[in-house]
Amino acid sequence: MTSPAGNIPKADPGLFDYWPYDSRPKISWPGGARVALWIAPNIEFYEYAPPPNPQRKPWPRPLPDVLGYATRDYGNRVGHQRMMRVMDKYGLRGSVSLSAATLIHHPEVIELAAARDWEFFSHGIYNTRYTYGLSEAQEREMIEESMALIHHHTGQHCDGYLAPALSHSESTIDLFAEAGGAYTCDLFHDDQPTPAHTRSGKRFVSVPYSLELNDTITYVVNKVEPRRYGQMIKDAFDRLYAEGEHSGTVMCVPLHAYQVSHPHRIRAFEDAMDYICGHAGVWKATGREIARHYLQHSYDDALASIAAVAKEDPA
Amino acid sequence: MNMDHNYLEYPHRRHGMDHDRYAWSMLADRAPVSWPQGRSLALWLNVSLEHFPLDARGEGFKAPGNMTMPYPDLRHYTLRDYGNRVGIFRVLDALKKHDLQASLAVNGELAIRYPALLRRLHATGFEMLGHGWNMDSVHYGGLDPVRECDWIERSLTALAPYASKPIRGWLSPARSQSQDTPELLRSAGLDWCADWVNDELPYAFATRQGELSMMPLSLELEDRFIVGDNLHAESDYADQVIDACDFLLDEARRTDHGRMLALNIHPWVMGQPHRIKHLERVFDHFAAHSEAIWNAAPSEILSAANHAGPMA
Repeated sequence: MTSPAGNIPKADPGLFDYWPYDSRPKISWPGGARVALWIAPNIEFYEYAPPPNPQRKPWPRPLPDVLGYATRDYGNRVGHQRMMRVMDKYGLRGSVSLSAATLIHHPEVIELAAARDWEFFSHGIYNTRYTYGLSEAQEREMIEESMALIHHHTGQHCDGYLAPALSHSESTIDLFAEAGGAYTCDLFHDDQPTPAHTRSGKRFVSVPYSLELNDTITYVVNKVEPRRYGQMIKDAFDRLYAEGEHSGTVMCVPLHAYQVSHPHRIRAFEDAMDYICGHAGVWKATGREIARHYLQHSYDDALASIAAVAKEDPA
Repeated sequence: MNMDHNYLEYPHRRHGMDHDRYAWSMLADRAPVSWPQGRSLALWLNVSLEHFPLDARGEGFKAPGNMTMPYPDLRHYTLRDYGNRVGIFRVLDALKKHDLQASLAVNGELAIRYPALLRRLHATGFEMLGHGWNMDSVHYGGLDPVRECDWIERSLTALAPYASKPIRGWLSPARSQSQDTPELLRSAGLDWCADWVNDELPYAFATRQGELSMMPLSLELEDRFIVGDNLHAESDYADQVIDACDFLLDEARRTDHGRMLALNIHPWVMGQPHRIKHLERVFDHFAAHSEAIWNAAPSEILSAANHAGPMA
């Protein structure tokens, strides 16, 4: 339960309205593309001795959890450059979901990403510091510090947010919007961007970040075979590409170098990118580019369409 | 209840690592390693021989593969012991048939329980590694260093009569360490350890007793992980190892940097009659690329890597 003390948990987060897929205005991507493809490498830092959080144990084993720590550290020592090589080959820029502390621990990795004109967005400070149990003021401080670190070290305004280790509070999206964010990756309810409600009423958008194609979810949680993961990415693309003929869709492949870049797995990712990038009509975008395009060209139509759907209901 | 403010303080946020065990570096940026005869890929095969006591206490935590049923868990006890009775001989035959060598990581208690097994392991001439006392003696954070020191010394003493050469390397049960394990291994006279899976080449690892080398032994490519935890098909295990081998060969050639494939094998997993042919298919693949693969004992691989220059 992540509700503030004394509050009753909600049955619905209240972040978006029901909006059926069959009744939406057409999304037109730049150049008439069918699919906006974005790759979201998570560049993360997991701590050797994180402080305890009563709601979630950072490591399953007693500290030091050498196996858990080393498994993640592999991504930073070995993985990033393998993933980057594949992305370079297909002209794909990353939208980095960044543990902001990595800017300080491993600036060498950040330089590699910055040199490729990748986007950086916030994924908290460390992936072993959770939102659970933070007061609203503490969560705001954490979010604002991560955004400030990104700006200080990369010069980029942080436009997107994915809560650290997907740990949320009821206020997460509100706080990020108020801090100047434009889009969230924390909602998995759609294959197209959608407006998201925030208490400030700002124009704010949810950009699809597929949990189903997230390498850590597929490899660690769902225990999928590497070649099957590659096939899943291709299958998802085929469907989103076909539907994108009528209205633009979004395909996100979230990655972790400590998973996808293992020698027995990287080829499956490369094969999938080779397949996808062999198609015309794929907009190789970043999260920020998708959010901005949507806010500029589709957001108002979306609000009107959502309101029209609500009117279908009897009063 | 809200978190204390120190939950948002970061005393170890600094350049490099948040501990002092090793220096931060990226594999791709290091000085190239080259292997003997210009080979691209060093192949380290390790066979882990393990004893899972029936009366598992799970102190610290239960190592994977342990007893899970109410006592007496004859199901898991016997399936694990199968590896020491039957499975190991299938694995040794497969190695011999393909002219491959492996290291043998052996729980110390096995030397007391099954001297006949240890005599047969000794006869292979393979390098022997310490592998803890048994699979219910994990080295976990908070373990009393006096007890841990005793486990390490007892393990090495028990294996010593069966090792062809003095034991230099160590693999902790479940790759788990206490806060003191690296110091205790160094104090016991060991040169290297395989527990940290954060790299694909050996690197220097600091202890208060002097430097240890870390020889990462891949977890994600091992049989127990792929077949046992992930429940992938045996044939898929073979595909994954072969894909890894091909990728590393290609990366080594492309970059002119030697690479290492470190494969851990459990006779209680791959020694089963329905699985052994898939391990043999992996070995066939290694044999088919023998011109580019240097299959060696881990201590030899470590020496060759050291020879290439200071490690990261």
